[in-house]
Amino acid sequence: MTVIEADMNRKPDVPSLDHSFSDPRALRNTIQTVLLWIVALLASVPLFSVLYMLITRGGARLGWEAITALPPAGLEMGGGFGNAIVGTVVMVGIGALISVPLGVLGGLLLGAIAPSSRMSDAVRFVAKVLTGFPSILAGVFVYAWLVLGMGTYSAFAGGVALAVRMIPTVMLTAEQAVRMVPQRMKDAAFGMGCTQTQVALRVTLPTAMPGVLTGVMLAVAGAAGESAPLLFTALFSNYWIGSLTEPTASLSILIYNFSGMPFPNQIELAWAASLVLVLIVLVFNILSRLIGARRV
Amino acid sequence: MVSLNTVAPAAASPRPGLSETGVAIDARVEKIYYGDFLAVRDSHVAVEKGQITGFIGPSGCGKSTVLRSLNRMNDLIPSFRLMGSVTFLGQDIYAKSVDPVVVRRHIGMVFQQPNPFSMSIYENVAFGLRLNRFKGDYDEKVETALRKAGLWNEVKDKLRQNGLALSGGQQQRLCIARAIATNPTVLLMDEPCSALDPIATRIIEELMLELKQEYSVAIVTHNMQQAMRVADKTAFFSVDISKGGRTGFLVEQGDTRQIFHDPREKLTKDYISGEFS
Ligand SMILES: Nc1ncnc2c1ncn2[C@@H]1O[C@H](COP(=O)(O)OP(=O)(O)OP(=O)(O)O)[C@@H](O)[C@H]1O
Ligand SMILES: [Mg+2]
Repeated sequence: MTVIEADMNRKPDVPSLDHSFSDPRALRNTIQTVLLWIVALLASVPLFSVLYMLITRGGARLGWEAITALPPAGLEMGGGFGNAIVGTVVMVGIGALISVPLGVLGGLLLGAIAPSSRMSDAVRFVAKVLTGFPSILAGVFVYAWLVLGMGTYSAFAGGVALAVRMIPTVMLTAEQAVRMVPQRMKDAAFGMGCTQTQVALRVTLPTAMPGVLTGVMLAVAGAAGESAPLLFTALFSNYWIGSLTEPTASLSILIYNFSGMPFPNQIELAWAASLVLVLIVLVFNILSRLIGARRV
Repeated sequence: MVSLNTVAPAAASPRPGLSETGVAIDARVEKIYYGDFLAVRDSHVAVEKGQITGFIGPSGCGKSTVLRSLNRMNDLIPSFRLMGSVTFLGQDIYAKSVDPVVVRRHIGMVFQQPNPFSMSIYENVAFGLRLNRFKGDYDEKVETALRKAGLWNEVKDKLRQNGLALSGGQQQRLCIARAIATNPTVLLMDEPCSALDPIATRIIEELMLELKQEYSVAIVTHNMQQAMRVADKTAFFSVDISKGGRTGFLVEQGDTRQIFHDPREKLTKDYISGEFS
């Protein structure tokens, strides 16, 4: 039955609202949808094959010993990467401790306090450049400044290098979140007799908080996976972390070290550590999504 | 006399200058500029104690501009300049020694668009109290303000819910509750009902009539009937488009009955008969 015939069966002044696949608009829509699905599937092939390898090869070795024991030496069997997990957590923690206050205050400055001042323009420019910088430069910079200065590789230097990577992410997402706060809310606060600082701290920042936290989670996820900035700053260690001023293990450097070794045991552990790292990154990414979705 | 250059009003203390009748705000605007643009000229408006003063006039005649000059909200616009004087209970609020932040704590504002903060209903109302470092019973203050705003019964079981989850009319009453929680002396309202439906509008109008027992109110409105219903005094503004400008000015101010039934100026008469035809 053609469209015309179908039309004749109805009262002439009632338009058809049914699906019609012969309609060119509907047809184009269907073709585009199918094409998009194909492209999306193709694009996710590499992602899923990596995940598959990680889960099969890393999952095989993942167990209590792997996440609690110290790394094995040379031809030794067993062992794990407990110290690297702790090291990554500690250094990302130091990075967050430095980058969150600085980044959030910076975002507030850029987005709310002085959005078009010359200082803001400069800060924004530097932050944007930094996000695009090769991450190894953060390591080199902190090496020259802290490692040489302190005379030792350290968790502290590693944390600072991660902070250098995290600040731009935190700051630029905070700026965006702060900008999204409607002007009329700020007007209301001024109308209540708030000073500019009070508006920023009591209204703008709390309102922007979900967006700010999204940025923090993304920065944490990114920092947990960084290896280059740690290479020259925290180096590596086969032992548990004893202080913030000594070389410290991290998951990413452990993966880098072990995957290049000629020993099957270490290579297995590198896979397991990769899986743990991906899980950590995934958890923080999901957290950022959840927090971001909680917006009013 | 209330001091505008020191600390904010303690939310609990009795508000100054309400016992007598008289003028709460006396604005003698000679000129208001936005940059080079002369927006308003020669307007002498008074907000009387314990009364509602309505500002009416065609769009762009400077009603909002004048209203926002009364609590220095316009200071936030860098190009804004005012010549003349605005006195609040006898003190010039544009004097050098005056802190505009303190002025705004005495002269509250309700905006055209309801603009609650993205926080709980309770925290919205408590906001001004916290700002003024009020020490005392917050629950009681919040309840009183919500009751005065006619919102208590609707929200008493969900005070922890976000203020933005209320309906538009409820949000506007929440904003009124927020504004009166700190007991300002004057309440400025810029078209507070224009985003609301007729029923919510009625509720807010009744509210204003209640509020004038305790506060001096100035309200901008586009709605002539509304001005007639609620305003004791009415100020009519118009626009002067001679000499290529668009400059607003006060045509006349007087008792609302007189302005609507027996206007002194022809401009007022023409505008009002136009609005009602
Ligand atoms: N921030 C501003 N910068 C520049 N000009 C402005 C600004 N605010 C208002 N104006 C101008 O000042 C004049 C008066 O504006 P105002 O908003 O006070 O009018 P109004 O009487 O409140 O109008 P409406 O009834 O449409 O709200 C207008 O010509 C307007 O374009
Ligand atoms: Mg207006």
